[in-house]
Amino acid sequence: MTNSISDLEHSEVILVTGSNTTEMHPVISSALKRAVRKRGAELILVDPRKIRLQRYASAWLRPKPGTDVAWINGLLHVILRDGLQNDTFIRDRTQGFEEMAELVKRYTPAHVEEITGIPAADIERAGRLYGRAKKASIVYAMGITQHTTGTDNVKSLANLAMLCGNIGIAGGGVNPLRGQNNVQGACDMGALPNVYSGYQQVGDAAVRERMALFWNVPQLPKVPGKTLTEITAGVLSGQVKAMYIVGENPMLSDPDLRHLKGALRNLHFLVVQDIFMTETAAMADVVLPAASFAEKDGTFTNTERRIQRVRKAIDPIGDCRADWSIIADLSTRLGFPMSYGSPEAIMDEIARVTPSYGGVSYRRIEGVGVQWPCPTPEHPGTPILHKESFTRGKGVFHAIDFEPPPEVPDAEYPLYLSTGRVLYHWHTGSMTRRSAGMSERVNRCEMEISAHDAAKLGLENGQEALVSSRRGQIAVTVTVSEKAVRGTVFIPFHFAEAAVNELTHGLRDPVAKIPGIKVCAVKVEPAPVSESR
Amino acid sequence: MKQVTLTINGKSVKTSPRSTILIAARSAGFRIPTLCYHPRLASVGSCRVCVVEIQGRGNLAASCVTPVADGMVVRTDSERVVAARRLVVELLLAGGEHNCSLCAASGDCELQNLAYELGIEKLDFPVEAPGYPRDTSNAMIERDLNKCVLCGRCVRACNEVQVNEVIDIGYRGARAKIVTAFDRNYGDSDCVFCGECVSVCPTGALREKAARFKGRPWEFQKTRTTCVYCGTGCQLDVNVRDGRVVKVTSDFRHGPPNYGSLCAKGRFAYDFIHHPDRLTTPLIKEDDEFREATWDEAMDLVVLGLSAIRNQEGPDAIGVLASARCTNEENYLLQKFTRACLGTNNIDHCARL
Ligand code: SF4
Ligand code: SF4
Ligand code: SF4
Repeated sequence: MTNSISDLEHSEVILVTGSNTTEMHPVISSALKRAVRKRGAELILVDPRKIRLQRYASAWLRPKPGTDVAWINGLLHVILRDGLQNDTFIRDRTQGFEEMAELVKRYTPAHVEEITGIPAADIERAGRLYGRAKKASIVYAMGITQHTTGTDNVKSLANLAMLCGNIGIAGGGVNPLRGQNNVQGACDMGALPNVYSGYQQVGDAAVRERMALFWNVPQLPKVPGKTLTEITAGVLSGQVKAMYIVGENPMLSDPDLRHLKGALRNLHFLVVQDIFMTETAAMADVVLPAASFAEKDGTFTNTERRIQRVRKAIDPIGDCRADWSIIADLSTRLGFPMSYGSPEAIMDEIARVTPSYGGVSYRRIEGVGVQWPCPTPEHPGTPILHKESFTRGKGVFHAIDFEPPPEVPDAEYPLYLSTGRVLYHWHTGSMTRRSAGMSERVNRCEMEISAHDAAKLGLENGQEALVSSRRGQIAVTVTVSEKAVRGTVFIPFHFAEAAVNELTHGLRDPVAKIPGIKVCAVKVEPAPVSESR
Repeated sequence: MKQVTLTINGKSVKTSPRSTILIAARSAGFRIPTLCYHPRLASVGSCRVCVVEIQGRGNLAASCVTPVADGMVVRTDSERVVAARRLVVELLLAGGEHNCSLCAASGDCELQNLAYELGIEKLDFPVEAPGYPRDTSNAMIERDLNKCVLCGRCVRACNEVQVNEVIDIGYRGARAKIVTAFDRNYGDSDCVFCGECVSVCPTGALREKAARFKGRPWEFQKTRTTCVYCGTGCQLDVNVRDGRVVKVTSDFRHGPPNYGSLCAKGRFAYDFIHHPDRLTTPLIKEDDEFREATWDEAMDLVVLGLSAIRNQEGPDAIGVLASARCTNEENYLLQKFTRACLGTNNIDHCARL
């Protein structure tokens, strides 16, 4: 997030898209709802599903899946046409405006209606609402990024924020909500193929030399590594022979599961470190038992870049060990000694080698944490990014044309499938499905479908159905829901017995390499009676 | 802003004109007990436990909603005030089923504390509990409205703080009761089990079900930490007794990002920690079956396997997957290990999902 969670309560207008906030980020959704109910903020909701937040929205736009660039361009068009843009901000802080303005001329509300199915009048209204606000915030989540055009979607939202000068101000900003507790931190720490901690490029010789010096090694590998998809491909082609997987269950979370299962089988050696025997761990040669979050010290960095303490509440269960201590031990045994007395000592090293974490120490973050960048111990942290300037000087507008999603419904697979999460489960469900409270609420894979589509397909509430795509088939329970929009079914991905990622495709955004798992085409049919329970 | 001066229990107190008598008195070191007041919620002044006497006014005033005024003369502990408070608390005790010895809230109950503070030894009224059935409709929240004092804190928490708009005060007069839509049990209502109502309930009316009989409040050791689920990073307190996590709570005084609010996952999905499925020992696969192993055995095998492939095929034949669930320290170490020890940049995680 460029801004802070509490900052949302100071926005006049909040545009939420691709985020079922009340289920995926419930506590943040409360801030949104308070902004509406208590401070009279106006909520623009862009989501095909009739999610709970709809009750709080002043404007609700229901685009066809995969048409985000088009409606965002539509808003840009309306704002420019009505002269609601912030000329000072555009002049002083940005570049590339003309090209973008030229491109969006074509995106008249009427044209956008054709592509997205959103009535032109609603585009007009939303554009004016956002454009007229003195401070407006944009909130989005995986519903925006998990598309083959995810990067374009994000850039388009940035266009919108910059156009109205909603960057670097309280109550403004572009605010992605991270789905997992420490995605932000894992990226910050360089658990990525091309960067060290603090996004320092592996490909930069000066950086590499400095890191080699810090880490006391003669040299470090020059070429950026493989992404998860590339690793998977590498395994299949025989280039990658061994994997060490720590705390992840890609067997359930990754699109195009079959592909991955085959790849993991192809490995000569697989080590998995986790707290449960996950689908992925079951394929390992060696499984190392890790401690849970309650059994260790450390830090997580939340979606607003706040670095906060994790504190040990109980001793590790059985023979479990904290991941950091297993990694250090393994490294030492492999001839590269790591001797840290505690996670605190590791953080001290992180602060030394990571400019944006330079001022971080456990003492410093004991109370309310600190939001990076925090380069020095005296630095107050950064609740709002890009206040005076962007990291790279000027903010760049991007002229982005709409491209249809790679797979759209056709005669054989006539429905859109959209995937996501539900309130009571999290990610691959390895923790929440073992919780009595959560599984009491939801314990089977329910497919949301509109009453219209259900009737057409002869499906009834609670019935078993088979869902298939070009890649696979799963069985789900039908939930006829008023949340669902005609033509699209929704299936959460927490359930191993109905792994929706058997259906999704592995096609990825060319830049962010995020798979486009939000949209694909499927067909749904009643399950044969013998299969239903 | 210009400060106002008032006299509380004979002491001259300077405060902001926007202050209430309660805040002014408390910051001047005077104790005024409260019940329906909660610092995270709007004050309503309905329970009348916080009453004080203001010179020149006939009625006792609820201090939590009465603004200060220049020259005001206030008594917080006059006989009349104490008698009024006693009456309120006695009526509450008589109107419910307050069997402290079996109540999960005992030791952490504002009603119990009030009774003690006011020295209520026996009630002048017959006890007439409403006899509501206990709501055990779900695994997370147990609701016993026989212990409810109708302070309305849960209602304000659900509506003002979480804005879930699930509960309200229903019926009228003596039959007043906290209700969900159609007066259903929590389990059959629109409740999303955020537990905000439980966290503000001053009595045993709303409690964490799984924590019942798992220990007394004073036996719990609280460790503040960060939630392991979504990216909000809520601050929470893991409550432990005898090495076991018994419940999760939070505290609005922890401040950002959540100011004491949690969701169902953060508050109630902690039982995976002690789940029997937890891996507790290293495992080695032999003939397609796992067998238990010691750490030394397992680590030796990992070292052997990884170094063999590194030596024969080169470091880029190894891929490492880090985790968004692990700490910063662990992710940092893992990439350092991958790059400096294994000698490859093949590290990624599932963050893209
Ligand atoms: S648990 Fe949350 S949603 Fe349910 S009644 Fe309590 S405050 Fe409302
Ligand atoms: S349930 Fe608890 S919080 Fe709600 S009104 Fe009753 S005593 Fe107050
Ligand atoms: S308590 Fe809920 S909202 Fe808060 S971090 Fe945990 S999962 Fe997210």
